[in-house]
Amino acid sequence: MAAPEFRTPELKPYPEIPVVVEGTMAHSQPYVAPPEHQQPLGYPGELVEDWQRVAIDKMGELVAKYRSLQVFLDACVKCGACSDKCHYFLGTGDPKNMPVARQDLFRKVYRRYYTLSGKYLPWLVGAEDLTKEVLDDWYRYFHQCSECRRCSVYCPYGIDTAEITMAAREIMASIGLGQKYSNEIIAKVYKLGNNLGLPQPALADTLEGLEEDVEEETGVRVRYPLDEAGAEVLLVTPSADFFAEPQVDGLIGYGKVLHQAGISWTLSSHASEAANFGLFVGSYQNMRKVALRIREAALELGVKRIVFGECGHAWRVAYSFLNTLAGPFDFLDSRYPVPQHIVEVTHDLVKRGALTLDSSANDERRVTFHDSCNIARASRMGNIPGGQFVLPREVLSAVCNHVYDMRADTIGEATYCCGGGGGLLTDDLLELRVKGALPRMQALKEVVDRHDVTHLVAICAICKSQFAKVLPYYGFEMDQILSLHQLVGDAVVLGTKQ
Amino acid sequence: MSIEIDHRVLETDEEGYLQNLSDWSTDVAAQMATEDGIELTDNHWEVINFLRQYYDEYKIAPAIRILTKAMAKKLGREKGNTRYLYKLFPEGPAKQACRYAGLPKPTGCV
Repeated sequence: MAAPEFRTPELKPYPEIPVVVEGTMAHSQPYVAPPEHQQPLGYPGELVEDWQRVAIDKMGELVAKYRSLQVFLDACVKCGACSDKCHYFLGTGDPKNMPVARQDLFRKVYRRYYTLSGKYLPWLVGAEDLTKEVLDDWYRYFHQCSECRRCSVYCPYGIDTAEITMAAREIMASIGLGQKYSNEIIAKVYKLGNNLGLPQPALADTLEGLEEDVEEETGVRVRYPLDEAGAEVLLVTPSADFFAEPQVDGLIGYGKVLHQAGISWTLSSHASEAANFGLFVGSYQNMRKVALRIREAALELGVKRIVFGECGHAWRVAYSFLNTLAGPFDFLDSRYPVPQHIVEVTHDLVKRGALTLDSSANDERRVTFHDSCNIARASRMGNIPGGQFVLPREVLSAVCNHVYDMRADTIGEATYCCGGGGGLLTDDLLELRVKGALPRMQALKEVVDRHDVTHLVAICAICKSQFAKVLPYYGFEMDQILSLHQLVGDAVVLGTKQ
Repeated sequence: MSIEIDHRVLETDEEGYLQNLSDWSTDVAAQMATEDGIELTDNHWEVINFLRQYYDEYKIAPAIRILTKAMAKKLGREKGNTRYLYKLFPEGPAKQACRYAGLPKPTGCV
């Protein structure tokens, strides 16, 4: 396949708000899901005949069901605070990537069919019919939002564009216009338990290989158990952790930490995926069906705790929704958070001095931490406000002597998306992903120039894959992205505690 | 979409992956590579053959570590690493090499 032709944005000495160029990303849209990826999710295989009526009815249903959605549609005063906050706008200059304009694609249709003024005086209130042209624009631009929610931090009304994007995607899928990447993946989870489609024997073979590698490297038999009933902890981690780099180095690290802490644990082939793309496509039913697999696995294996690996949106679903989606979890040990993040587990061990750490093992690395959007803006860790920013940094500082933060308005709750979140980590959207990474690459370059930073560290499988792909476009190397637990794993001293 | 080999039209998906695994032949791999401006060497074939072998047994492409380990055994330690595999397959061993091997594209957060 020929490489797509586009220009990578230039990294300037300081960030710039781009000149608006209308329609510059109008060509960007993902492949449409074929029937075999639509039907397992409960959606029609292709665009239904009376799609306009079905879509408008679905919109009414969603607006009635989610009061937040209606408030977001009604409350915007067009103040413009969000307009320069989206990484896709900053990277592309396409005005429809301003969050307010993206919302308006939905809002104008909502006004036309669900507000009095829009029904009778559409021209006065910017209300528009849901035409094929409007639908096409929806498909393009609601797939140029990674649901990262940065814009909502700056909105004086707290309007969450991500919820509008999710509603739009749910409506489109309901009329037969789903996105191939996300829907194929969800269908695979139903069939095989994970996004990759790794069957149990492949999973077992992969984990066995890891045990051999770690033993060869350290001389210690660290286990990576699968489907072991009676273990204390069920570890639910993104399937990319089994398959890809640098994710797998993170998985190796979790295993070393749990081994050294003496915590018995297991993975599950039934719930061999932390990611929950039901969130991305805005479908409560599908999100629930994916989440229930974790409950089923926990019950079947008789575990006492559920711990999540490094996956951004999985932690949002787990932290914010797991109990209502798949609870109650009264069969788990109530002395531990339900669920718990692997960073919380490691952080607790570090603070209690339960691990012997040799931070000089990472002396060759000078690192900066990338806050993943869903962890930063939709969850928490530990029991302190902002713990989701503090805990990973404290773990990182415990295992590495050279840690430098990027500019304050690019981290913490103001963090920029990696450019590949929200179901956009697919090659058919490569141009969007490269351009959307601009603000993060800009901030990275600043710490590279100032502090000789060598690596970006993340706790999200999507961020890791996205960075491995886009870093070279900005003059970096693909292996400058690391898993947090890779650094932890390299610093943990295995064997009897000294 | 499709690819034409020896006057036979083989169906592919939008990204050029074969729809039917059974349509694969060494000519398919060679032609896909030629279209990318790559001439397949013995080392490319080691990767492609291993992918097909692994897929045959496990119904999925091997994880990157399994692939690099296998290549270290076959081609030597200095070539059993991701960097070298990216030299062979610039679009990535998981995706480009799978396409040449006639396997489906790995999905997920990879």
